[in-house]
Amino acid sequence: MRDVAVIGVGCTTFGEKWESSFRDLFVEAGALALEDAQLSGEKIDAMYVGNMSAGRFIEQEHIGALIADYAGMATRHIPSTRVEAACASGGLAFRQAVIAVASGMEDIVVAAGVEKMTDVEPGATTDALTGAADREWEGFVGATFPGLYAMIAKDYMHKYSMTREQLAQVAVKNHYNGARNPIAQYQQEITLDTVLRSTMVADPLRLFDCSPITDGAAAVILAPLERAREFTDTPIKILATSQASDSIALHDRRDISTLDATVAAGQRAFKMAKLTHKDINMVEVHDCFSIAEICAIEDLGFCKKGTAGKFTADGETALGGKIPVNTSGGLKACGHPVGATGIKQVFEIVQQLRGTAGKRQIDGATIGMTHNVGGTGATVAVHILGRV
Amino acid sequence: MTVARFWRKIPQRYNLIGTKCETCNRHFFPPRTFCPDCRREGKIVDHKFAGKGTIVTFTIIQTAPDQFASHGPYVLAIIKLDEGPQMTSQVVCDPSEAKIGMRVKSIFRRIATDGESGIIHYGTKFAPE
Repeated sequence: MRDVAVIGVGCTTFGEKWESSFRDLFVEAGALALEDAQLSGEKIDAMYVGNMSAGRFIEQEHIGALIADYAGMATRHIPSTRVEAACASGGLAFRQAVIAVASGMEDIVVAAGVEKMTDVEPGATTDALTGAADREWEGFVGATFPGLYAMIAKDYMHKYSMTREQLAQVAVKNHYNGARNPIAQYQQEITLDTVLRSTMVADPLRLFDCSPITDGAAAVILAPLERAREFTDTPIKILATSQASDSIALHDRRDISTLDATVAAGQRAFKMAKLTHKDINMVEVHDCFSIAEICAIEDLGFCKKGTAGKFTADGETALGGKIPVNTSGGLKACGHPVGATGIKQVFEIVQQLRGTAGKRQIDGATIGMTHNVGGTGATVAVHILGRV
Repeated sequence: MTVARFWRKIPQRYNLIGTKCETCNRHFFPPRTFCPDCRREGKIVDHKFAGKGTIVTFTIIQTAPDQFASHGPYVLAIIKLDEGPQMTSQVVCDPSEAKIGMRVKSIFRRIATDGESGIIHYGTKFAPE
């Protein structure tokens, strides 16, 4: 296999983008990535696009072709493939693009992610998202996504001594980071009180424990490492790509508050990169709910099971902490356009490794990690990226 | 949901008919037609569950999907059936009563309605034993 590098990245601002259509979003992200790589679109050999539910959100399927077409590639007939794994669609699209370049099959490949979520009523959005869980045996009986993660939180708090305040600190920290990220949906800091006084959604999770509904798109361009310097002075190498699966329904898991797919994907990634958690300078984890970040940093090995609440409250995951988590603001503050999230995580880590993350910059960052989850943990993609 | 999609699962939803593997005696609810342990050596047959179990974890859904909105806050739980498997269901009780480890038994209830003219979904909920 060949070494693979990121040579360009682009991301739209995230938010409720009433003025932008699905097509506007991915064209903007793609153009930003091409400009970043100083690359002409004619050089692109293939595209992989993460998208969860355009069929439900904008009544459009056949996204691969649509994106190639509106990116101006219809007459070049390049292969363009949609990848779907619910909220992990972006992470899997990135992985497919990495594999395509590593195999030698393609040279210059775009990995993108896009979701336009605000063109349907909020109830319809929520219902579409429930399709990431087991529709037949979870959704049917009244499970919602916040409800499923609330049951993870309840199990976790029953087993380990995490306080409600410690859990809320995840959202406070991510809003602090989001306030320093110009693409974030919410660029406002919040206090513990904001979280603890917000509307109860599914006990014990409140509104400010939940990631929002977001429109947005992100794109990255990959090339063989040996060719990367043709395009950029700061290529970022892919040190590991891994993916794991688990039962679609939460009730079939070995342990409700451990995401075994995260454990498996994390271990595979560390093994592939020949690194340990101590080598990682910052990590973007899938904080679709505050409890998800707590589980993620434990299941990836950054702290022991049952200690992430204290670890977070002590500031170890903040910008100056032992392992800064979600410097972008995470899904909570940066926003969560489902299919784009996995690519945005790579976008953030690349900025950190290039030293261009502005007020969020981690000094001397050389290695970063991304962790993207589908559903309640039925799919997980993990990537490790490093400076060359 | 079309009538056929609901109708074909009526035995499972109304009467907790799951499956078990006769090779290893592992029980499945929701039903599976392929044993993950015995694989092609497995022999799957229907099995009616007794409908008794224990709450593993739960939540109180305050913000409900449209088809459940008329219920008000409801208790959603993962229940470990006495035969072994775990399933997701609602528990009919005062939300403040629900506890991890609480014993529950199955009851037949209306689950949801597909709007004013759609079909009414019935199925299994649980209540304190």
